Amino acid sequence: MINQAAAMQWSRIGSRKTFGTVLANLAESHPELMVLAADVASSSGLVEFSQTYPAQFLNVGIAEQNMIGVAAGLANEGYKVFAVSFAPFASMRCYEMIRTYLGYMNLDVTVVGIASGFSMGVCGNTHFGLEEFSLMRSIPNMKILSPADCSETAKLTEELLSCHGPAYLRLTGIEGNPVVYKEEYELTIGKAIPHRSGGDLAFLATGTMVYEAVRAAKVLDKEGISAAVYDVHTIKPLDQELIYALNRQHTPIVTVEEHMLSGGLGSAVADVLMACQSPVRLLKLGIPEEFLKAGDYRYMLNQCGLNPRAIAAAVKEADLVC
Amino acid sequence: MGKKTEAELQAMARKIRKTILEMTYHAGAAGAHVGGALSCADLLAVLYGEVMRIDAKNPSAEHRDRFILSKGHSSVGHYAALYAAGFLVDEDIQAFESNGGAFPAHSVKNVDRGIELSSGSLGLGLSFGIGSALAARKKGLDYKVYVLLGNGECNEGSVWEAVMLASQLKLSQLYMIIDDNKQQLDGMSETILRMPDLCGTLRSIGFEACCVNGHSIGELLHAFTESGKQDKPVAIVMNTMKGKGVSFMENNPMWHHAHLKKEEYEQAMEEIGKDD
Repeated sequence: MINQAAAMQWSRIGSRKTFGTVLANLAESHPELMVLAADVASSSGLVEFSQTYPAQFLNVGIAEQNMIGVAAGLANEGYKVFAVSFAPFASMRCYEMIRTYLGYMNLDVTVVGIASGFSMGVCGNTHFGLEEFSLMRSIPNMKILSPADCSETAKLTEELLSCHGPAYLRLTGIEGNPVVYKEEYELTIGKAIPHRSGGDLAFLATGTMVYEAVRAAKVLDKEGISAAVYDVHTIKPLDQELIYALNRQHTPIVTVEEHMLSGGLGSAVADVLMACQSPVRLLKLGIPEEFLKAGDYRYMLNQCGLNPRAIAAAVKEADLVC
Repeated sequence: MGKKTEAELQAMARKIRKTILEMTYHAGAAGAHVGGALSCADLLAVLYGEVMRIDAKNPSAEHRDRFILSKGHSSVGHYAALYAAGFLVDEDIQAFESNGGAFPAHSVKNVDRGIELSSGSLGLGLSFGIGSALAARKKGLDYKVYVLLGNGECNEGSVWEAVMLASQLKLSQLYMIIDDNKQQLDGMSETILRMPDLCGTLRSIGFEACCVNGHSIGELLHAFTESGKQDKPVAIVMNTMKGKGVSFMENNPMWHHAHLKKEEYEQAMEEIGKDD
């Protein structure tokens, strides 16, 4: 249950530890739940879970490929499995296993990429998770979920227990994750959530960038530009109806993501728009296709123009509003 | 165990080999992975004819033993075994590698027809088998999980990730069977990537491991009868010959994947011998 106190507590521990904390609350009522971790129990808030529900937890060691195969075997016997590792290793080291064993056989496994995006900024490019949308979009049957904050992490984690088929849950942000949701709200996988109305343009933001987009919209307000903001928590299946509706209303779209520009949310939105007869203008904001110099979380975002002032400036420079 | 004689299982192995050759021949120019299928035909006869607790009339029974084909390139052999065991019918065999058909060169999961997983990507079946064996332990079920790997497949690092975990978990319901026919796609394994002594290595990692002649029905039966009594996963390393049973295919890497001409098909069928 989301309330102000829970939201603040989760925010303090960050999305990855929120994930483990929430699962510990769900284990007893979901005996079909199994959690596999590739030596990341302590990094994903799963220590309490592993101690309280040892029969529902397995640490496979630093072996992500095997983790996906074991997860598939368990799911094939009726279990709902969460398989957890740091984002680049959870997604790329075992990508072919995810595609073949989870996608091809449509099994109930959620791969959880913790500390994604630039969360581990000083660790450098080996530890950045910047490609998962692109990778997972091309696997049939796969859902891709990208919560805006820790409250939404909690909500999506619970939601996934009643979903069928494979999913990728991408957890971004650091401890002290800004709060977007302070109270209970309705969430449907595949339907973006409107946060703010505005007639001149619409931000379609995902993950940590929802909060940044809301702040960017406030900056633009002062410039006389009225921007709507949507939380696109589901990258796949994408909320195509929303994009069609914005197109019908001739509302320019700005996508914002802590993810590589190639193949991410912006590309997914472009795919939908290009099927329209007269597509509206689209500005894609995200991470350029290069290996960046390492630095702390805020430094990395700033390098890529992913802060409210830079986002607002990019919108103005693109001259989207007629 | 103990219902079928060795002679009956040898006859079943001949039937499996003949079905493999028929499917390969009728696949035409597309061909099939015939060499590695023939090298595991005797094992398949022993598993499907005697060892496994399976029922073609109740293929999804929760207590059934699971057969996981990790070396998916031998799907043609698996189809032939499923045909001999009554899971597949004539039409299925004729549909092998047909456009849009249910039985392509690498099998697609279809539990109702005895196929537990989609195969073709090497190095993953043992992990899947661990999940299946772990589920059995959690549910208190006594089914066994038989995973068939190839020697070439053991080049894959993921196999060894799985080996270590199976040992860690002491999964005594898990059987890792390696069809060590000494060859792989590019030729003799020893010249490509020399593997360690598989039996000794697996034993040192914590498996109950033995090495058998994979073309001896008696040795195979003995291995299954005598193993599985320790608190460890079981490894059975089969010393086999690629293309076994057809003189011009035996130990010839050319027959890893190939098509059969009419004369070759007729000679091969004659060499396998008459049905009993």
